[in-house]
Amino acid sequence: MNAVPEIRPEMQPRVSRKFRLQWEDAQQAWVLLYPEGMVKLNQSAGEILKRCDGAHSVDELVADLERTFGTTGLHADVIAFLAMARQQHWVEV
Amino acid sequence: MNAPAPVTAQPGPPLWLLAELTYRCPLHCVFCYNPVDFAHTPDELSTDEWLRVLREARAAGSVQCGFSGGEPLLRDDLEVLVAEAHRLGFYTNLLTSGVGLTATRAAALKQAGLDHIQLSFQDSTRELNDFLSHTRTFDLKQRVAAIIKDNDWPMVMNCVIHRLNIDYIGEIIDMAVALDAEYLELANSQYYSWAMLNRDQLLPSREQIERAERITNERRERYGDRIRIFFVVPDYYENRPKKCMNGWGNVFLTITPDGTALPCHTARMLPGLNFPNVRDMDVKRIWFESEGFNRYRGHGWMKEPCQSCPEKEKDHGGCRCQAYMLTGDAAAADPVCDKSPRHDVVMAAVARAQSDEVVVRDIPLVFRTPEESRRRPVLAIAPSADPAHEPR
Ligand code: SF4
Ligand code: SF4
Repeated sequence: MNAVPEIRPEMQPRVSRKFRLQWEDAQQAWVLLYPEGMVKLNQSAGEILKRCDGAHSVDELVADLERTFGTTGLHADVIAFLAMARQQHWVEV
Repeated sequence: MNAPAPVTAQPGPPLWLLAELTYRCPLHCVFCYNPVDFAHTPDELSTDEWLRVLREARAAGSVQCGFSGGEPLLRDDLEVLVAEAHRLGFYTNLLTSGVGLTATRAAALKQAGLDHIQLSFQDSTRELNDFLSHTRTFDLKQRVAAIIKDNDWPMVMNCVIHRLNIDYIGEIIDMAVALDAEYLELANSQYYSWAMLNRDQLLPSREQIERAERITNERRERYGDRIRIFFVVPDYYENRPKKCMNGWGNVFLTITPDGTALPCHTARMLPGLNFPNVRDMDVKRIWFESEGFNRYRGHGWMKEPCQSCPEKEKDHGGCRCQAYMLTGDAAAADPVCDKSPRHDVVMAAVARAQSDEVVVRDIPLVFRTPEESRRRPVLAIAPSADPAHEPR
């Protein structure tokens, strides 16, 4: 099995230089653009990635999400998504 | 039970815009996908017309923009077009042979916001490269690869593979690694346009393909994460067709140098279809409303065996151009499919590729030159069971 890279709460993830994150009106979605390709993100993935600016920690990012969407308990989901995103090279930490 | 799907669901946006800026090209590749009658093409779109196309396409939802040709660097307004595409929010790709990319021009393109260059190589061995592209360009491509790296663009290389270079695939991969390529696409030539004229000389034997796959896998192991290699076998060796262009009028929009809008580079060959021109119609209307783009959307147009086939969602019956070229009927199943009643046409070409007959017969390759093109009537590829064997 592939080892999933660990994401720790103090890490400051940022969208990788190899991708461009942008909002697409026509698709009503955030997308990741790369040479000759595109990943269309679902709403939660988009909301997480747009907060990955390299200046905020995972903890801060979770707090911001929970505040914005008036909810709690997102930590585990965010960590799991970021681990996957890192494996896909979408984010760097 | 589910409600039946509407006959033609509203298509999504034309996510991929391919702007074929010009058919002019300093190279003369024997597998070129430009139409064989390209020299008859009327005036190229002006700068202002292209700028308008970019705006209209972006408004219609296009997000990836590829500038190709011919050789797009031959347009001296390329920087202006890239800058506008970038400003509009496109991800901008330049598909080039590298001829004409000086350090100065590269810097200007970088400044304009160009995101990515895909550099095509014909081969790694200089002699073969020069022979196949009919010009001396190999050293230049190595210089261009260095320029791409200096500008911090991702290094994506593409090399069209065929019978005459497939045996050097290991060397091609080694060269790509030496040039620091991050991605290498080794797609076998597809048999349209010039490659169709040269099909017998370009279709590899089964043994060649198996060897090439083996070598590619060895190199993947050797180089690991340093490079990602995509190897695409000719569809003639498959028993199901490709999902051409990811579905007709589904994501791809090609604009040819004279402004004709097409669902793929080669669709202009199809009979009885009027493809609109961006000089006469807005991109949104072209995409959503024109007869040409709606013609093969959905499944309503299909005939047997596709119409009742459980796999029709998967491949949409394959490629319309290939169906037309090989069977004379654009609505037939792509004969690559072994359910097609005309699969024999593909099998016959494959059978010929297993012998050395081609080499022995010494059929001359047809190079993609304006002179050759002018000799050919407009829409030169007539439907025929075996166009590669039409008198030249
Ligand atoms: S395939 Fe070769 S000849 Fe055709 S446009 Fe590309 S570089 Fe030019
Ligand atoms: S019969 Fe038609 S739909 Fe079915 S697999 Fe073959 S090409 Fe595809």
